Amino acid sequence: MKISARAEGDICIVTVEEDRIDAAVALSFKEAMRRQTETATHIVILDLTQVAFIDSSGLGAIVATMKHLAPERRLVLAGLTPAVDKVFRLTRMDSIFELFPTLDAALAREGT
Amino acid sequence: MSPAIEEGQAETSFSPVEIFLDGCPEAVRSALAELLSALAPLALDIEETSSIELVLAEALNNIVEHAYQAGAETTGGPIQISCTHHADGLHLRILDRGRAMPSGIPPLGQAQPTAVAIADLPESGFGWFLIKDLAKDVRYRRIGEQNQLDLRLAVGLPLPH
Repeated sequence: MKISARAEGDICIVTVEEDRIDAAVALSFKEAMRRQTETATHIVILDLTQVAFIDSSGLGAIVATMKHLAPERRLVLAGLTPAVDKVFRLTRMDSIFELFPTLDAALAREGT
Repeated sequence: MSPAIEEGQAETSFSPVEIFLDGCPEAVRSALAELLSALAPLALDIEETSSIELVLAEALNNIVEHAYQAGAETTGGPIQISCTHHADGLHLRILDRGRAMPSGIPPLGQAQPTAVAIADLPESGFGWFLIKDLAKDVRYRRIGEQNQLDLRLAVGLPLPH
């Protein structure tokens, strides 16, 4: 599960460099997220721009990540493609997560 | 085994698709790609193909995880997907030889409550909700040693004229 992370100020940006977060990789996604956010202190932006598909396992893994980071750290999501956005909308998880259309939009809001 | 033609909904000229896989996550990925590729002649839009992929992913994941209880160390079992195109959409039949569904009926698939504290947010259980939300005529039957799941996706519908 290829994930990279970088810091911009006190924001941790995690980029998923795979096109699917599904049952095949849900566990390794969770493990990779824990590793990459170890030093995150405040906000984590999960950049999903490259992710074309998630299933309920992928959604669950993202929820688990949010729970792991809470309460000290907040997880926001950026760059949801249509199929991914659909899963969040249908399950009403779009009311739980802050969603940004692009990474830049997320940085513009969270960077201030 | 080919799917029964639903009453009054004639099959179109689209060639039926049969996919066989061994129930494990990687094989599920391949099967999804294979099905979507086979559906290319229907020229479905992204909204339709994403629904198909999601519903089928959830159904197959359920079989791998629950019917076959396949894990990292254990292999799954055979799964057969049959797909035909009718005037009322895509008809899918998914067969496996795993454990029967508990109590013989699929889970209710309610939307998960979302007005809860973060620590209490659900991490699973969305699968059946998505299947029932996106697919029609969802029917599960246990026939001998086989599970049979039928569903219909209202996609690739003929234009009104």
